[in-house]
Amino acid sequence: MSQQRTVGISDFVAAKGPDILVTYALGSCVGICLYDSKLQIGGLSHIMLPDSNQFSKNEINRMKFADTAIADLVSDMRRLGADMRRITAKIAGGAKMFQTQPGSQIGSIGDRNVDSVKQVLKDLHIPLTAEDTRQNYGRTIHFYLGTGIMKVSSLNRGTTEY
Amino acid sequence: MFNIYEELNDTHIDVLREIGNIGAGNAATALADILDDRVEISIPIVRVTDFDTAVNALGGAESMTVGVMLNYYGDANGMIMFLINMDDAKLVMKILLQGYGEEDENEITEMKLSAIKEIGNILGSSYIGSIATLTGLQIELSIPYVAIDMAGALMSVPIIEFGAVGDKVMFIEESFSGREHNLKSNVVMFAQVDTLRIIMERLGIGI
Repeated sequence: MSQQRTVGISDFVAAKGPDILVTYALGSCVGICLYDSKLQIGGLSHIMLPDSNQFSKNEINRMKFADTAIADLVSDMRRLGADMRRITAKIAGGAKMFQTQPGSQIGSIGDRNVDSVKQVLKDLHIPLTAEDTRQNYGRTIHFYLGTGIMKVSSLNRGTTEY
Repeated sequence: MFNIYEELNDTHIDVLREIGNIGAGNAATALADILDDRVEISIPIVRVTDFDTAVNALGGAESMTVGVMLNYYGDANGMIMFLINMDDAKLVMKILLQGYGEEDENEITEMKLSAIKEIGNILGSSYIGSIATLTGLQIELSIPYVAIDMAGALMSVPIIEFGAVGDKVMFIEESFSGREHNLKSNVVMFAQVDTLRIIMERLGIGI
C-alpha cells in the first residue's frame, strides 16, 4: 500500500517506496528529490533560501536552506539504509513569479536557489539527472518512490514526468 | 528579535487591525470612484498568522489566484500583496472594462491585467498611505507587478524576501460589496522586523 505524504514549505521527508511524496506550489522555492533506486529509498526537500551562512546557527530552521536541508535529508535517507554512492537527484522550481524591473533585488532568489542547490549536490557528489527549473510559473511535485519518477504539474503548462 | 510577530500582543494586533480598517476605508472610496458604484467594505479581518493558514484562506496552495505585488521602501520596508481568486478577478475585470470590447470572460488580455494591477495599486497605496499618515513616516511604493498562478507560489515570494520575520504574515481579509456584486479579497502585508518596530514606536506602543 502506498501512502501519500505532504512536504510543507521549509520541510523535508525521507521514506521508502511505494510511498508518494508531494509538495505543493513551489514558486521561487526549489523541490529536491533524492533517490536510491536499488532500495527505493527517497526524500523530498522544499527549500526557501540558498544558504544558511548569513544567519546565526542556533536560530535557523535547517530545513529552510539548500545547504543544511540537503545534508540533513541525505543523513535521514542513510538512516533508512540508502547508500550515498547510489543517490541521484531531480529538482524543480526556482521560478521568478513576478517580472520585476531589471536590476531589482527582488525576484532573483529563484535563480540563486537553483544555483545553490546545484552547487550543494555537486559538493556531495550527487548526480543531477533531471531538472524543471526557473522560468515564471508555480509547480507542484509528486515524487513516486516506487519508481523514482518526479511528476511536475503547473496550472497552465500541464504535467511532465521526469 | 527573530520571531517578532510572536511578540505582538493584543494591543499591537488591534493597532494593525485599525491600520487595516483605515486602509480599507481609503480603498473603498478609491474603488467606488473607479467602479462607479457604491462600494461597501466589511470590517476587515486582520490576522497575524503562519504561511499555511494564510494560503488555506486563499483556497489552498494550488488554487488559481491573481496577485499584485508592491514593494514599499524608505522609512519603512516590506512588501504588500493583493490577492484575489480567479473568479472574483474576472468579475472585477468585467465591471472595470464594460463597453471596452473585452467581453470574453475567460480570456485574460493585457488590458484586463492592467485593470487588475491598478486595483492592486489602489489597495496597496491605501494601506501604505494609512500607515504613513498615522506614523509620519516617509514611505515610497514601487510600481505594481502582477502574476496569475498558484496561491502558494505567489505568497511564497514575499515570505522568502522577508522570511527572517519568523515566517508569520499579516493577513487582511475583506469583502467588498457593490450594488450587484460581492467580492472577497485579501491583502497580505510583510514588514521587515525593524519596520514593524518603528511603526509601533511611532504609535506610542513599543515592542
